[in-house]
Amino acid sequence: MTSSTNALDRTNYLNATKGFMSWFWTIDHKRLGLMYLWSVVGCFILGGMFAMKIRLTLSGDVDFASQTAEQMNAYNNAFTVHGAVMIFLVIIPSIPAALGNFVVPMMLGTKDVAFPKLNRFSYHLWLIGAILFVTTLFVGNLDTGWTFYPPYSTGYTDVSVITAVLGAFILGFSSIFTGLNFIVTIHKMRPPQMTWFKMPLFLWAIYATAVIQILATPVIGISLLLILVEKTMQIGIFTPELGGDPVFFQHLFWFYSHPAVYIMILPGMGVMSELFATFSRKPIFGYKSIALSSIAIAIFSFIVWGHHMFVSGQSELMSIIFSALTFSVAVPSAIKVFNWIATMYKGSIAFTTPMLYGLSIIWLFGIGGLTGLFLATLGTDVHFHDTYFVVAHFHYVMVGSALFGFLGGIFYWWPKMYGRMVDNKWSKIACIMSFVGFNMTFMPQFIGGAHGMPRRYAAYGPSAGFDGYNEASTLGAMVLMTGLFLALGTLLWSLKKGKKAPANPWGGVTLEWQTPSPPPEHNFEIDPPVVGDPYDMSLFEWKGEEEGFLPVNPRPDDPCVANVQPS
Amino acid sequence: MIPIALLPFLLQHTQGDFWFPSQASRNASSVDELFYFIFYVSLFAFITIVLATIIFAVRYRRSRVGMNPEDSPHHSTKIEIVWSVIPSMFMVVMFWYGFKDYVAVRTIPANAYEIQVKAKKWDWRFVYPEGVESYGGNVDMNDGGEGLVVPMGRPVSVRLESSDVLHSFYVPDFRVKMDAVPGRYNSAWFEATEPGVYPLYCAEYCGTRHSRMLSQVVVKSEEDFQAWLKSQAVDLASLPPAEAGKQLFQKNGCTACHSLTGTPGVGPALDGKYGTTETLADGSTVTIDDNYIRESLLDPNAKIVANFAPSMPSFAAQLSADEISYLIAFIKSLNE
Amino acid sequence: MSTTTTVAHEGGHGHSHDHPKHLAHHFETLDQQFDAGKLGIWTFLLTEVLFFSALFVAYTVYRSNYPEVWQFASQYLNTQLGATNTLVLLLSSFTFAWGVRNAMLGQIGLLKMNLAITLLCAGGFMGIKYMEYSHKFHEGTLWSGNEDTIFRLHAEDVPEHIKEHSHAWDNRDGEFSAAVRDLDPEFRQKLGIFFGVYFCLTGLHGIHVLIGMLLLLWLLLRSMRGDFGPDNFNAIDFGALYWHLVDLIWIFLFPLLYLIS
Repeated sequence: MTSSTNALDRTNYLNATKGFMSWFWTIDHKRLGLMYLWSVVGCFILGGMFAMKIRLTLSGDVDFASQTAEQMNAYNNAFTVHGAVMIFLVIIPSIPAALGNFVVPMMLGTKDVAFPKLNRFSYHLWLIGAILFVTTLFVGNLDTGWTFYPPYSTGYTDVSVITAVLGAFILGFSSIFTGLNFIVTIHKMRPPQMTWFKMPLFLWAIYATAVIQILATPVIGISLLLILVEKTMQIGIFTPELGGDPVFFQHLFWFYSHPAVYIMILPGMGVMSELFATFSRKPIFGYKSIALSSIAIAIFSFIVWGHHMFVSGQSELMSIIFSALTFSVAVPSAIKVFNWIATMYKGSIAFTTPMLYGLSIIWLFGIGGLTGLFLATLGTDVHFHDTYFVVAHFHYVMVGSALFGFLGGIFYWWPKMYGRMVDNKWSKIACIMSFVGFNMTFMPQFIGGAHGMPRRYAAYGPSAGFDGYNEASTLGAMVLMTGLFLALGTLLWSLKKGKKAPANPWGGVTLEWQTPSPPPEHNFEIDPPVVGDPYDMSLFEWKGEEEGFLPVNPRPDDPCVANVQPS
Repeated sequence: MIPIALLPFLLQHTQGDFWFPSQASRNASSVDELFYFIFYVSLFAFITIVLATIIFAVRYRRSRVGMNPEDSPHHSTKIEIVWSVIPSMFMVVMFWYGFKDYVAVRTIPANAYEIQVKAKKWDWRFVYPEGVESYGGNVDMNDGGEGLVVPMGRPVSVRLESSDVLHSFYVPDFRVKMDAVPGRYNSAWFEATEPGVYPLYCAEYCGTRHSRMLSQVVVKSEEDFQAWLKSQAVDLASLPPAEAGKQLFQKNGCTACHSLTGTPGVGPALDGKYGTTETLADGSTVTIDDNYIRESLLDPNAKIVANFAPSMPSFAAQLSADEISYLIAFIKSLNE
Repeated sequence: MSTTTTVAHEGGHGHSHDHPKHLAHHFETLDQQFDAGKLGIWTFLLTEVLFFSALFVAYTVYRSNYPEVWQFASQYLNTQLGATNTLVLLLSSFTFAWGVRNAMLGQIGLLKMNLAITLLCAGGFMGIKYMEYSHKFHEGTLWSGNEDTIFRLHAEDVPEHIKEHSHAWDNRDGEFSAAVRDLDPEFRQKLGIFFGVYFCLTGLHGIHVLIGMLLLLWLLLRSMRGDFGPDNFNAIDFGALYWHLVDLIWIFLFPLLYLIS
């Protein structure tokens, strides 16, 4: 054996069984994780196409005076599908379902999640939901915005709302079952030595996310079901002509959809904690406050939904209470950022591709989080609400933090998934391009929004003076798209040409690095050692590129160590 | 590097400053001051974060310090408390001033001049206490309307209502926004401080032509405003029927869907249509005559011309018998 | 520096030890498997409660806004049938719980009997529900958006095509219709919302009963195949927990909808 800590030539989870059904009907959490990963990438490309449609329309594809009703409808359709696909099909399942499935059981040193069949069922539900969403594109012109606000969605638009809402409903159940699985897995399948405060922080983040998933998702499920019933049978709960109240739906919708923001961002924060510890080769600074701040964010996320409705006509008192509560979420988020930076202090910082994503997130999440302050503040939010300022803010949080976190996580765990290293130079260029392109796209939108540029407009009149912002944005979107495709290219390239990865290329101490890359079918050939501190970097030492990091005191039968032959 | 490349795009606004449009209402300046307070606090925090990451990344890079860094503390309760409490204190200040501004924006002065704002897909109509009506007016729309004309230096309240879906009344220069929700009344107020013309947007997505639901606010001095009010009180009966119909056609926002230039919009174009025969969705035909026009105003969905959606609301409650005949006369006149 | 210990699992991962028949490959012990299942089903029940929550909130919001409408509308619900259904469900919960006990003790004959009775009760519940629903459909006691609803028929001129096919129109001189006729139109509209909430809540509950019936049928077939016994009763136990929740939701629905006074 040459590259001896690599398991590509041995039996591993990728080559143990072959054929379509061995993947489609698998209960192996690693294979399900990979299937989620590629499905999410496919949906991301779909959502991205609609994003480009939005950008091209706004940067003067069609001029204001000659735009027809069909062109406006096409634009409205584009932003609705972009939003719905990116939220329901990309960001929500990205880290929890794709990376979480792959990593969580291995981090716990177990063979699988608690309910492997339920896990497979989640994925199949997800597929059905995704198919319904794609069907939507053919049955009609979905133009409600991803928020499905009545009475527009129930009384004034076509049947495509039905398939979209059904799709979102089914995706919701997929998300609930995934969350349920992780909660039970983390509670019941931890090795006895791994107490709560010795868990890796990624597990804390996934746990907090799962709590939100199971508590908030049923509420959106029933609310969307009510939209469906309202649309098909005119029950009257949301329809003003029938005595109902459309603002009531907004309460129900945001009761889920605000916590959903944390379903998106918390797992990204979990990835960040792993990246900063591993690539600084230091225990994470303030472990307990990062762990508990995840739980605090999960709890606070449920009591701030009303900040989406400051100008909806809800009572002033409610707006004031929600504004105050909203600020409370900012504190745990800030604590995390400060702790990550403090982890770098006196560390040994490696500029690998995943770490570059990590550093990008610090800045992007910094901007995304700080601009949130303007929107939590009542006086300024009245002006910014429903303008591009909000659009830019949530893209900084969702793309700049959640999606970059997803990418950072992919590049971090890629050697473990496929046993190959990604090209260092090109993947870094891709990261930097995405970072630059992202800022070029969304920075101008802050300024446009502050000048009063409203959202969801198919065109702006020449006298409005917003064209410059849109031109700049579109230019940035091109750069961003190129960067993202380049990143995908480097990943695909590595599958054939990448150097074989050692068991532990980065020096991580969490348990998934203590099994060969790629892992065997049941994750571990021998039970991994559970250490007191999940971030005690001194347990591994660098042995060169071929062998990566190896334990300082290897056990005699450790399959990750070069001179041990597998039995 | 990036900001410099974008400068030409970003410095194009002549009115207002880098961040904001002009301050044209009494509440605008305090909103802007609050913005700048949060902005500078955030900027300071952001620069600190950026500098810390850069300094640490350079100072402690692996190629410099080697693989095994020296030991340093893994937690410090003191530091954790400091960086939790200090931002919290700033946030309390932000909340407090935001709260004060909000109360100012939401408390409508008792002496405010109340204008009813009627939103529907996709236009605005403004009804004054004197009975005068106004509509539309955005320069890009060229719809012949004048917009929301208001007096300067006097609090004006707008009572918002919607007859179909959610809309939102938004005047960036006034920093005022409020949703129009069907089935209830919402209100907002402002006091304009500078004469001029300011764009008015619909800020809540409302369907196909949401981006055309534009209007404008025209701020006039008290005397000009009074003169304008007087000039608007026109007696329709004194006009030729076709001219009266034209005014009704514009006031009721018919132009949002029906063009007079031959290109169909959401509804058919109406020029040259009188007396012609159209095919309906079910294949039958109908002649565009006085009775068909009357039916289409009162029960619009009874006979829909093929390839158009049944999206027109009934005008039974808005139009009197006389007004319907004025409109018929106007449509007839389009054939000439 | 922290200490390193190896997880000492019995027999390690070599699959050399005797694997109990009902133990899945990824669990270490039967206890762990049972605990995981238990936590799983309780978490699922929590999401079920939240699934109903939006409707309960709708109920609360509209009831507190229009208390007099809610009181008035409640009279239109058949309290006898509702009470009977409550008893039927309580009985079914009892027999299901007894069934769990039977499975634990290996009394397979009794288990089959109890599952069958539970299934019959569930069917009876749906039968009574059907009677209630069909009576309301016939009377036109429907939600506010329905053209045939009793609350709209008196409102303005009724289109011909409704009159032709409407049971509610035929019953317009009936007792209920007469009681509604003289009410203020807005009051009638809000009555429609009450029934909208009523149909949504009881309908969603009914769907859960139907799912429960499928579950019971599956458990019954498996117990006839001899799958269950003292060493394997998890499925029965978890199924019963679900059924108790369905029952519990009805226990809330009955007074909230039928017994407003």
